[in-house]
Parts: sequence; structure tokens; C-alpha cells
Amino acid sequence: MKIEDLEKKFQDRIDAGEKIEPKDWMPEKYRKTHIRQISQHAHSEIVGMLPEGNWVTRTPTLRRKVGLLAKVQDEAGHGLYLYSAAETLGISRDEMFRQLHTGKAKYSSIFNYPTMTWADIGTIGWLVDGAAIINQVMLTRTSFGPYARAMVRICKEESFHQRQGFEMILTLCNGTAIQKEMAQDALNRWWWPSLMMFGPRDEESPNTEQSVKWKIKRKTNDELRQQFIDITVEQAKVAGLTIPDPDLKWNEERGHHDFGAIDWSEFWRVVKGNGPLNKERLKARNDAWDNGEWVRDAAMAHSEKQAQKEELKKAV
Amino acid sequence: MKDKLYEYLLMLGDNSMILGHRLSELCGHGPSLETDIALTNISLDLFGQVRSYFQYAAELKGEATEDSIAFLRFDRDYRNVILVEQPNTDFAHVIGRQFLFDAFHLPLLEQLMKSNDEMIAAIAAKSIKESRYHLRFSSSWVKRLGDGTEESHNRMQEAINHLYPLVSELFRETETEKGMKELGIGADLELIKESFDEKVKTILSEATLEIPAVPSRQTNGKTGIHTEQMGFILAELQYMQRAYPNMQW
Ligand SMILES: [Fe+2]
Ligand SMILES: [Fe+2]
Repeated sequence: MKIEDLEKKFQDRIDAGEKIEPKDWMPEKYRKTHIRQISQHAHSEIVGMLPEGNWVTRTPTLRRKVGLLAKVQDEAGHGLYLYSAAETLGISRDEMFRQLHTGKAKYSSIFNYPTMTWADIGTIGWLVDGAAIINQVMLTRTSFGPYARAMVRICKEESFHQRQGFEMILTLCNGTAIQKEMAQDALNRWWWPSLMMFGPRDEESPNTEQSVKWKIKRKTNDELRQQFIDITVEQAKVAGLTIPDPDLKWNEERGHHDFGAIDWSEFWRVVKGNGPLNKERLKARNDAWDNGEWVRDAAMAHSEKQAQKEELKKAV
Repeated sequence: MKDKLYEYLLMLGDNSMILGHRLSELCGHGPSLETDIALTNISLDLFGQVRSYFQYAAELKGEATEDSIAFLRFDRDYRNVILVEQPNTDFAHVIGRQFLFDAFHLPLLEQLMKSNDEMIAAIAAKSIKESRYHLRFSSSWVKRLGDGTEESHNRMQEAINHLYPLVSELFRETETEKGMKELGIGADLELIKESFDEKVKTILSEATLEIPAVPSRQTNGKTGIHTEQMGFILAELQYMQRAYPNMQW
């Protein structure tokens, strides 16, 4: 079959709602795009453990300790499923890690901001997991089977994280003035970076059309961002918090909230590696990897020895 | 009796809490994703146990909560053994500390399941499955590191050399433990020691490691004499409750 025919058949399957499985024929570009997107997604889960991990030793109560440990552990699990999904496309986990550690692969820029107070932990659950769900729900129906299936499981957990985070914020807002101030301050710092999680404006986002064809995307960055803002504005009202945007107001005609200009120069600065903590996050990942090398080598050596013993037993 | 029982619950809870805290420091920094998840999981289990012990202790004491007990005592009032406050020097120390604690913890819980105190028996029955898994995990890693590469063998042996002299404290009976044992509430440490010695001997020998011939150290964490590390552990653990007292979180 000619390559054009293969490509047409491939696209017809996607259009018919069939899932593409790892062993199926696929265009090289489809494979590459998926390796890139799934591994970046996995990296985001893993790097995302760091800002929250920063507070596990200092939670205010035992109940919050257990909740936060479980959440960070879930994120590690998400990383694991996603790395496995990417591996089905013919890239090893070690190679993906190498790309992360050398700065070749990207991860979500939001994790380059610091968690300074306890309220940041609730805010991350509320906004960051909240934004992640909006991005990811559409991926549960994406064309690549292993990715779609990983997303179903991940989305369930993310929505639990979002509720848990918002509940933490509500608790602060119903608490003392100091606690409410802490929550407001966290919202002030995380609001704009959260809006940037949906990526550049549609005019500046070149991949959208191809992504729509492959069902990686069903809505554009701007549509998703708008959806997030509309939902979150209502939640902020419930909590009694003020969204730090003087231009934010309901537009009756559009049926959506209008909002102020996003500082895209900040977005690009952080993406390019010059955010508040890009260097520290990468260093933490590199250190964990480098310090773990002898452990991984030992595990490998041990399992080889075990295999040899088994061989010997069989030979006797 | 009530005071002694309260004190006994602190001993049980503090061991799990301080070890759980040490493990939580590693969250996101493990040598692989799988070990990261496993260690966080063990930490979670331990904190679950802490909550059960301290909720019960709070009930006994009155005018206390699991959190006031966990976070608002002074340094000298913590009852954990010195072994569990040892730092995460490297992965071999983390595994060594975990293994030695698990080899003690499992037979402890086996006895506590038969405690005359129904609450303690119930908590132990719930925790024992977790503890069994912890011991399986830590034993398998002791073997992997001991029988892995030359470097891992040396590191694991060094960790055991450092940690083993601290285990004698686990079996040195305090007044509280004696009292609880006599009432059939607490465990008999001598019986635990038999099972502990057996397990450690077996696993270390499979791991091609040696039990170090070094004298045991005079440590008294159980009566509140801790290392210099403890203050820093508590500074983190208690930070929020100290900085923002009397608030709901
Ligand atoms: Fe996640
Ligand atoms: Fe999450």
C-alpha cells in the first residue's frame, strides 16, 4: 500500500472513533508528536511532586499530612502510567529522563513557581489540578489508546485533588483573618500562572489544527482557558476571595467572563527556563537521578545474579 | 494505669510518626519512581497508624486531640526510639533503618493483636498487613543492595554498622513497657527479640552482610532523651501549629 493510502486509512479510523494501538501502523509524525506530548505530560507529573513535596514535612495536621502524601503519591503514579504509555511508542524511560534532565524536554511551567505558604498547597489543588482536569478531560477520548486509557484513570484522581484543594481553601477562608489573608495572597500569586497553563493564545499556537485531527485537542487553548475562568470565578465567590484581575467581569452577550491581558512575556520567560525556580526544579530531579544511580545499578546486578542462579538450577 | 497506657500509646505512635516523617522527607526524591512511590506509601501507612494511636490517646487524656498530641508536645516528651530519628544519609541507611524497624514492628504487632486492650488490639490488627508488606519491601532491598554491586554492598554494610548498635534500645524495657506487659496490654520485648534476631540473621546472611560486632549504644529515646536531630525534626513537624496556634486547617 502506498503511504498516502495508509495515511488516509489511518485518518479514517480516527474519524470513525477507533483507537490507535501501539502495534498499529501510524505516521511517523503521529508517533513523534505523541512521544513528545505524553512524555512532557509525565514530566509535569513528576516535577509537580516537588512544590507540594516541599510541604509534606510541615502540614498543619495529621489529616492534612495523610491527604498531601496521598496526593503527591498519586502524581507519581500518574507519571508512571504516562511513561508506560509513551514507552509503547518505542522510547525508553531512561531516554525520557535524559531529555528531562538535560532540559531538552519541557514540563508544565506552573511548577517553576515556589510554594511559600500552606495556602499554596490548597491553591495548587484548586487551580492547578483544576486547570489540568479541563485540559485532560478531552484527552480521555483522544485517538491513541494507551494515552486515552491512562487519562481516564488520571482524571478521576485529579478531580479528587481539585476538590481536596478547594476544601483546604474553604477551610482557610472560614478561619481566622490571618488564614484568609494567606489564601488571598496565594490566589494572587497563582492566578495568572494558572491561566498560562492553557498555553499561548490561539493565534500563536501553530499545532492546533493537526492536534484536532488526531483528537489530541477538541477545544482550543483560548476556549479551555475561558471555560476555566468561568468555573473558577464562581468558586472564588463561594470562598469569598477576590480574583486579582480588575478587568474581570461578566459579559452578558458572550455568556462568558471578560478578563484582563495575560503577561505573555512572563510565560515565555518561564518556558525558556528563566522562571523563579526552573534551575532548582531541574537540579532536584538531576540530584535524585544521580544519587540513585548506584541503587539502580545494584538492583540490576542483583536481578542478573538471580537469573544466573535460576539458569544454573535448570542446568543441574 | 491510665497514665501508663497513655504513655505506652505515645511510644507506639511516636515511633511510627518520626519514621513516617523521615520517609516523607524523601517524597519526590527517591532513586526511582517505583521506590519513591513505595516509600511514600510506607510513610502514609505509618501516619495512618499514628492517627489511630493518638485519637485513642486523646480520648484517654481528655482535652486533647490527635493533633495536639502530635504537634504540641515539647522535645523531651516524645517517646520514639533513636533508631527512627536517624537521618536519610543515603538509600542504604533508609533501607537499613526501615528493615531493622520492620523486623521489630511486625512481631510487636503480632503480640499487640492479642492485647487485653481492645482498641490496641484493633489498631494492631489493622496495621499488621501494612507492616508485613513493609518488612517484605525492606528485606528485599537489603538483599538487593547487599548482594548487588561492590558499592551497594559496602554502603549497605556501612549502614548496618551504623544502625545496628541502636537496636538494643528497642528491647530495653522501660517501666511503662513492663507495666503494660504485666497487665497483658503491652508486648513482651523478650519474645519480640527472638523473632527479630532470627529475621535479621536470615536476611543479612542472604544479603551477604554481617551483623557487626560492635557494642550497643546507650540510647534512651523512650524516656525522652533524643539526639540533636530531634529538635530539627520537631521544628518542621510543629511549624504550622507553633506559628499559627489555635486554628482549624
Ligand atoms: Fe497528576
Ligand atoms: Fe493532581
